[in-house]
Amino acid sequence: MVRVLNTGFYSSIQDIGRLGAQHHGVPISGVMDQRATRLANVLVGNSEEAAVLEITMSGPKLKFECNSAIAITGADMAPSLNGKSLDYNRFIIINKGDVLSFGRLNSGFRSYLSVIGGFQTKEVLGSKSMYKGVTQFACINKEDVLRINQNNPKYQKHFSGLKMNDSYIKNSNLDVYKAPEFENLTEVQKDKLFSELFTISKDNSRMAYQLEEALENTLEPIITSPVLPGTVQLTPSGKLIILMRDCQTTGGYPRVLQLTESAINTLAQKYTGSKVCFKLKD
Amino acid sequence: MKYKQYGANSILVEWPQIIDKSILNDILTFKSKLEKANILGIESLNHAYASLIIIFNEGCFNFSSEVHLLKEIYQSSDISKKISHTLWKIPVCYHESFGIDLKVLSKGKQITVDEIIKKHTKPIYTIFFIGFLPGFLYLGGLDKALYAPRRKTPRLKIEKGAVAIGGEQTGVYPNESPGGWNIIGNSPIHFFDVLKTEPCFAKAGDSLRFYSITLEEFSDIKTLVNAGVYQIESEVIHG
Repeated sequence: MVRVLNTGFYSSIQDIGRLGAQHHGVPISGVMDQRATRLANVLVGNSEEAAVLEITMSGPKLKFECNSAIAITGADMAPSLNGKSLDYNRFIIINKGDVLSFGRLNSGFRSYLSVIGGFQTKEVLGSKSMYKGVTQFACINKEDVLRINQNNPKYQKHFSGLKMNDSYIKNSNLDVYKAPEFENLTEVQKDKLFSELFTISKDNSRMAYQLEEALENTLEPIITSPVLPGTVQLTPSGKLIILMRDCQTTGGYPRVLQLTESAINTLAQKYTGSKVCFKLKD
Repeated sequence: MKYKQYGANSILVEWPQIIDKSILNDILTFKSKLEKANILGIESLNHAYASLIIIFNEGCFNFSSEVHLLKEIYQSSDISKKISHTLWKIPVCYHESFGIDLKVLSKGKQITVDEIIKKHTKPIYTIFFIGFLPGFLYLGGLDKALYAPRRKTPRLKIEKGAVAIGGEQTGVYPNESPGGWNIIGNSPIHFFDVLKTEPCFAKAGDSLRFYSITLEEFSDIKTLVNAGVYQIESEVIHG
């Protein structure tokens, strides 16, 4: 068991998401940064599907009530164990009673905590990913007790310490494909999309990131159609909205660009005021 | 019909971009053929009014060969003989304590509240798809006399079960949420219940009709729904 002494800004249990329930109007959800999650799971020997704790902006304070092993990846929030600072991207042994806490946000926006065997919270519609209205809670709360593997974990301490290239966290380029309504854009709009530096507005969440700079927009809304995480929508006011993992399953704004999976990972590490630019992939 | 690549591993199939029941039927037939064909690598199928998205497993996606396969399946003859669907009868309380925008609508349209209720409960609505929120049904068939623009400022909190009109559409909020539609009543039914194996009782292609209930009936039905013993009235429609 892991006891939540403090939640931090916003932390939720996530896995690879709820693919396959979209015909009920259920969002895909799942971890915002899949790359950091894969790494966190690999480091403790978990499968890719194992549920992790996604930590946003500032970290929680967690007390382990059993032995375990963990790894922390993604944004650097100065983690420490019993007050002693911890490495990122490293296999860490946990003893019963250990307290994990986080400090200042140094880079990125979302950290990932894996535990050996994965978090064992309740699965709903094939996934443990928290989402309001589907799972009981949208995020973890103070005094929650999160289930993890209670038995003495079996592990081999395989990675002594990996030098990882985490440059994708600081990268401001977002690789994109053309989305279904891209060709409806004028040449001027296309030029602007690929030349301008866009700023992340304060409206950014697991659902969507809205950008500050607007394009002049003459496109009509479309009849409601499916959308995907990573879809860039052009709203009537000319503002661009990049849909993220908790986005609705359908939408009525023209879909102009589609982020690659690695661009979604990069965007997940951005926050209010960060600059990004779109790079078209062939 | 158009087949477009959408992202690294999805295909968007587009029909003529209009809202039409025959397009819905064509999409549903295609979808059921795809489900029966059990194609390796398809992870999710979801449709809206006139398009279908097929999400493939990243590992084994090749756009042109998938499109070739999809076209073959689309053209294959339909072996299923399924020509029936379910008509769901949904109780709605149009009392003014729920229908907080009824008076404004009635004034703006110069028709009485009773006439609004009559016009809302008369049509048999087609369920085109489920989207926006878990369990939110996109319904076709609203009486033109009831078309009403969305509110300029959306409300931050709309009650679960709220029955509303937005533009040319009507629908039920399956859960508390923000929203800009005009609220005319409330239904005590759960439109999305994760505790059930099929969290939505209705599916695309089914139809639905609202009927008016009193405040007392609302509270009785609500009690039964919460106890998990309420049976939604329905009938199977052939043809």
